[in-house]
Amino acid sequence: MAEWTPKPARPAPASTVGFVGWARRNLFATPGDVALTLFGSVFIIWLGGVLIDWAFINASFSGDDRTACLKPVQGACWPFIDAKLGQFIYGRYPEAETWRVNLVFFFGLAGLVPMLVPSAPFKSANIFFLLGFYPVFAFVMLTGGMFGLVPVETTDWGGLLVTLVVAVTGIAASLPLGILLALGRRSKLPIIRYFCLGFIEIFRGVPLITVLFMASVMLPLFLPDGVNFDKLMRCLIGVALFSSAYMAEVVRGGLQAIPKGQYEAAAALGLGYWKTTRLIILPQALKLVIPGIVNTFIGLFKDTTLVLIVGLFDLLGIVQFHFTDASWATPETHITGYVFAGAVFWVFCFAMSRYSIFMENRLSTDRQ
Amino acid sequence: MIDKSIIQRWRARVGQRDVLAQIAVAVALFLAVYWLIDNVVSNLERQNVASGFGFFNERAGFGINQTLINYSEDSSYGRVLMVGLLNTLLVSVIGIALASLLGFFIGIGRLSQNWLINRLALVYIEIFRNVPLLLQIMFWYFGVLRNLPSPRNSFTAGDVVFFNNRGLILPAIEAGPGAIWYGLALLAGIAAVFWFKRRAKQARFVAGEILPVWRPVALVLVVALMMAFLLAGVPFSLEIPVLRGFNFRGGISVIPEFVALVLALSLYTASFIAEIVRAGIQSVDKGQREAAAALGLSNTQALNLVLVPQALRVIIPPLTSQYLNLTKNSSLAVAIAYPDIVSVFAGTTLTQVGQAVEIILVTMLIYLSLSLLTSFIMNWYNARVALAGGSHG
Repeated sequence: MAEWTPKPARPAPASTVGFVGWARRNLFATPGDVALTLFGSVFIIWLGGVLIDWAFINASFSGDDRTACLKPVQGACWPFIDAKLGQFIYGRYPEAETWRVNLVFFFGLAGLVPMLVPSAPFKSANIFFLLGFYPVFAFVMLTGGMFGLVPVETTDWGGLLVTLVVAVTGIAASLPLGILLALGRRSKLPIIRYFCLGFIEIFRGVPLITVLFMASVMLPLFLPDGVNFDKLMRCLIGVALFSSAYMAEVVRGGLQAIPKGQYEAAAALGLGYWKTTRLIILPQALKLVIPGIVNTFIGLFKDTTLVLIVGLFDLLGIVQFHFTDASWATPETHITGYVFAGAVFWVFCFAMSRYSIFMENRLSTDRQ
Repeated sequence: MIDKSIIQRWRARVGQRDVLAQIAVAVALFLAVYWLIDNVVSNLERQNVASGFGFFNERAGFGINQTLINYSEDSSYGRVLMVGLLNTLLVSVIGIALASLLGFFIGIGRLSQNWLINRLALVYIEIFRNVPLLLQIMFWYFGVLRNLPSPRNSFTAGDVVFFNNRGLILPAIEAGPGAIWYGLALLAGIAAVFWFKRRAKQARFVAGEILPVWRPVALVLVVALMMAFLLAGVPFSLEIPVLRGFNFRGGISVIPEFVALVLALSLYTASFIAEIVRAGIQSVDKGQREAAAALGLSNTQALNLVLVPQALRVIIPPLTSQYLNLTKNSSLAVAIAYPDIVSVFAGTTLTQVGQAVEIILVTMLIYLSLSLLTSFIMNWYNARVALAGGSHG
């Protein structure tokens, strides 16, 4: 009795597996596809060539002034960035005191990274550090005037420092304010509801630049004689109010998505309004709108550049300001500076959007 | 009974508390507003700044490099406001059109089966939406357009269109007196579109018949244009710009600020629109296409009658807010001195007149009304689209 054994299956045709198969499916499926692929390849090769020529082959990498960047065919003028890097990060913050800024950056990072990694321990201590200790620490270190630190006026702050200060304060202020506004807009008390509605619609209906103009030109008029905030503070208020209106609409979207049964169940358990909101509604609503919240953060981060129009020197503002330096005036200085600033902004925004996708996947408990 | 009265009393107490809370908020709000206004009034008195809107009739005394209506240095500040507003509208409308077009194509590209096109669209989206718009505007203006060659060494397309550091110079089309006939012919074409569409819809609803629309429309248009040609000949002439001395004469010259602003606004907004279009198309269930095919609809019919209406319902609300964003973002023009409303009114006029409160409020009010108007129109359109999708024949 010979045992019956099937012949081994023949391998799949070579043209359907591996790279060839992948390319046939994804690049050359139809004649139209072939044309698109060819067109795309030519475009990529052309663009890649232009970029590589500009950033590396024709670029200057060392030099002390504009003469390094005046070749007949000149690409990027990297020595400009190198020479001004300190300015781009700290602005006119006194050089002897930049260790204070570095310390603030370092502690911020040290507090933020374990907060963002879900498996890191001591979350509640971490929150206390970030929300309780860190703001005070950063304020004292940056402004000085206490503990023997030399005072530094905010007019001397600049570059990435100002960008981060405006963005972080805006983010920290807009989330709680936005939640309150969203709750207020859904409140059953008409006066509170209409106030929140008006606030949200007004701030969402006007451009940020007019809000900043208002903060820098009109705010001093609103305050009694002798009381005045400095310019950075006024911009911070403007940015925070503006982005809280956008945040409110995002949060409202989440609140609307919570089924009525959740409210009724909470009421059946004997929870009052604030307990219901804090323990039942908000945790679910905020989880739903994480992408929207992060998008608002990204928008706010990009919008910090607008403070340059009212005369603050954020990263873009300080780059723009240093174009006026005659010792670096070359045809390529502008583009190099913008590419550098753009790359810095891009890294921050892209990182935020990737993190939001990561969190969204992690928190989607209902789709597993 | 006892239970009920307890609940009633509890309700009454909660009601009283709510009323008290609201009164407290209202009083606090009133006091805050009163305090602010009081401060403004006393501050203005101290600084001897005039108030009111009298300055609207005063002579402005500065020039503007792009005006859609008659304007000179002798015009009033009220006129400045109009010029600025029209410039804002111009840049917004053209920006919206270009951004929609580009965004639509990139959104489709993002859905392409072709891996390369798909990735290219993704890279475009990720780059342009993650870089601040202001930076992009400055990049195009200070980095690119200002570095273009002088008029003598312009880039040119067939010696008709010129591109240099003074901007974009296009040939002008000049219409003679007979052009009115061509206008009428176009109107006839548009009327034909409405008429044949209505007829086709009626036929579809009443008898389930599919009538052609675009072929009869094309016929009407061709006949009308031929009649216009017989009546008026060719009343159009092309004025081609020519280099005279250091600059171009004739044609339409578009200032570089405008080019940079439109370029940056549409490239930036297109990246958002692309994502909206992609999400909208993906939101239509695969079964819908299969069902349309099962009913015997052709590809075009499936697209027009089944897929697009459903995708539009998802696309339109976020698209509206992108259009509004673009309009509001056009205020960044102030950074490159494009004469929009913020630049000439909240900028130059404010510096000259010094009446910050009135000027900022008027500017904000105008943007607010533009926003409300746009969302009103889009809501109306949205309601129509939603209805068309919602009624089941």
